[in-house]
Amino acid sequence: MPEPLLEVKDLSVHFPTEDGLVKAVDGVSFSLQPGETLGVVGESGSGKSVTFLTVMGLVTSAQAVIEGEVIFEGQDLLKLPKDEMRNIRGSKISMIFQDPMTSLHPFYKVGYQIAEAIRTHQNVGKREAHDQSVEMLRRVGIPKPEERADQYPHEFSGGMRQRAMIAMALSLNPDMLIADEPTTALDVTVQAQILDLIDRLRAEFNASVVIITHDLGVVAEHCDDIQVMYAGKIVEFGDRRDIYYGSHHPYTWGLLRSISRLDSASKERLQPIKGLPPSLIFVPPGCAFHPRCPYVFDRCRTDIPKLLPTDGHHASACHLTLSDKERIFEGEVVVRR
Amino acid sequence: MSVEVSEQVTPQPDVIRAPLVRLRGIRKYFPITRGIIFQRRVGNVHAVDGVDLDIYPGETVGLVGETGCGKSTLARVIMRLYDATDGSIEFEGRDITHLKGRALRELRRNMQMIFQDPFASLNPRKTVGSIIGAPYRLHGTVPRNKIKSEVQQLMELVGLSPEHYNRYPHEFSGGQRQRIGVARSLALRPKLIVCDEPVSALDVSVQAQILNLLEDLQEQFNLTYLFIAHDLSVVKHVSDRVSVMYLGKLVEMAPGDTLYRNPKHPYTGALLSAVPIPDPDLAAARKRIILEGDVPSPIDPPSGCRFHPRCPNAQLPKCSEEEPELRPFHPGQVAACHFPLEDRAVIEATGG
Repeated sequence: MPEPLLEVKDLSVHFPTEDGLVKAVDGVSFSLQPGETLGVVGESGSGKSVTFLTVMGLVTSAQAVIEGEVIFEGQDLLKLPKDEMRNIRGSKISMIFQDPMTSLHPFYKVGYQIAEAIRTHQNVGKREAHDQSVEMLRRVGIPKPEERADQYPHEFSGGMRQRAMIAMALSLNPDMLIADEPTTALDVTVQAQILDLIDRLRAEFNASVVIITHDLGVVAEHCDDIQVMYAGKIVEFGDRRDIYYGSHHPYTWGLLRSISRLDSASKERLQPIKGLPPSLIFVPPGCAFHPRCPYVFDRCRTDIPKLLPTDGHHASACHLTLSDKERIFEGEVVVRR
Repeated sequence: MSVEVSEQVTPQPDVIRAPLVRLRGIRKYFPITRGIIFQRRVGNVHAVDGVDLDIYPGETVGLVGETGCGKSTLARVIMRLYDATDGSIEFEGRDITHLKGRALRELRRNMQMIFQDPFASLNPRKTVGSIIGAPYRLHGTVPRNKIKSEVQQLMELVGLSPEHYNRYPHEFSGGQRQRIGVARSLALRPKLIVCDEPVSALDVSVQAQILNLLEDLQEQFNLTYLFIAHDLSVVKHVSDRVSVMYLGKLVEMAPGDTLYRNPKHPYTGALLSAVPIPDPDLAAARKRIILEGDVPSPIDPPSGCRFHPRCPNAQLPKCSEEEPELRPFHPGQVAACHFPLEDRAVIEATGG
């Protein structure tokens, strides 16, 4: 097995607040290989964004208590001084966000904003940075990039803005791209284009990609591995076949059953997960999912399940026995075709 | 667009009733002006450009299309939040296109709206109780001393805890806020509820809860929905009939299953093939119809069929010169295309 590009070990991010300690991320470990695409799936408040904001060094709240290690290319990012972290951010790891409208500055031309990122990290002149930004806009599939570089963000459509964000994120040829809900604000047609683009560029730039989303439908085509998060913990991890054709956690089942599928009959009832995600201040004892879990039994209310591998790769944190999990998945979750 | 064509737009054959809402030739243009003091009109945004649509009592009509196709504008025209530039709106057989004042307010009891953004559509300074009770106070349908108990009943109905009467919107999650919006729209027991992207801003797991809630309420109160979204899988799931809109025009309308199995308009096919499939093998097997570029500007829409510049099947010059009319295909299905797709053309590509 090659050296992982990123290895996160037992990461916890806690925020003390007036109401109590918010355990946004609670003991998360995973690794990412070079050139791999990882999907991170969970509801709002499951800690998926905070995990990767911490990796980026963007959790800046003075009170935040961050523990664990984030090893990227052999060094622990959590121990790096701020200015070194700033060099890595952008040139080695970059991030695109959900809302392309609020992450571009409305006062500056799009080409200028991309060139600014290039000039911050590389010793190049204005002219050359501008040319590079035009080239990047071309590579992300924006027509007439020379003209587009001289326009403001409001002149771009939602999909075009997201393309521009991707151009900016990839302008320094990073080793890792984190995409936080990159398509949630976009039309379905544009969503498909953007995900294809990320796929293509991953191969072209040979980067690792992390796609954070709440929709298991979105990542089926585009991810190698998928990790499912709930209440600050990873509850299931596996390659995409493990997750879609043999998942082992009731929460993953719930996510799969909530999706409205085109091939199901019209007006067929969806089976949502009942209840709401827990407050991260008062996480339920035992398995955090137990109050919403249809298969709960006594042990779930007291013991915290560990993320245990069932075979080499696939792991889940649930007290049900493997045979029960397989029976329930086959009987109740597997999608009829 | 002629009336004859639209009369072929029948719902399921067993339902022969008068439509609740009847739209004929609806147009909505927004003027573009130049100049500060002397405003000259330099053009129009053709947001909705000749739509005929019937919505029958008790059914759910879905409306899909990309951003900027005019679906929200159409909803607002129906709600009389915008005045139509041209065309007529009938509600229960009565022409409401130019209704004003008190008559308009009384009409609004019968039609309500649920909005997309549960964060922007609730006043952050008002308690949930006063938000949901506002329709009662405005319309005076319930005596003042009864409002609280009515509101608490509504809250229970939509799955909110009545004890939260005095809380503020920020104390609720996105899904719960959407429930507040649903409760508010139900307060006056309307006949028609227009849902404008009611679940787009929510997590998938919560989307399913809200969709089920809407379905239950429809059964309980015999509601009629116009359900607007850009995601065809959600729309197909809730709707009896689905209409597809492109650049201000309806391009196809059909019962959900027919639309999925035998879409006729290439745009519908493209929308179908863009829907993510939560199944890696199926997803990898399907051939996608990828639409290049964005929706053209509605200021100066393309000639002929408006979809022709992006259409994979376009045959020039016919498609760029002649505007296709809606014509019937399968029962209940109409589409506006010169060179429609073959039956099962998309479903085979999607491996279904």
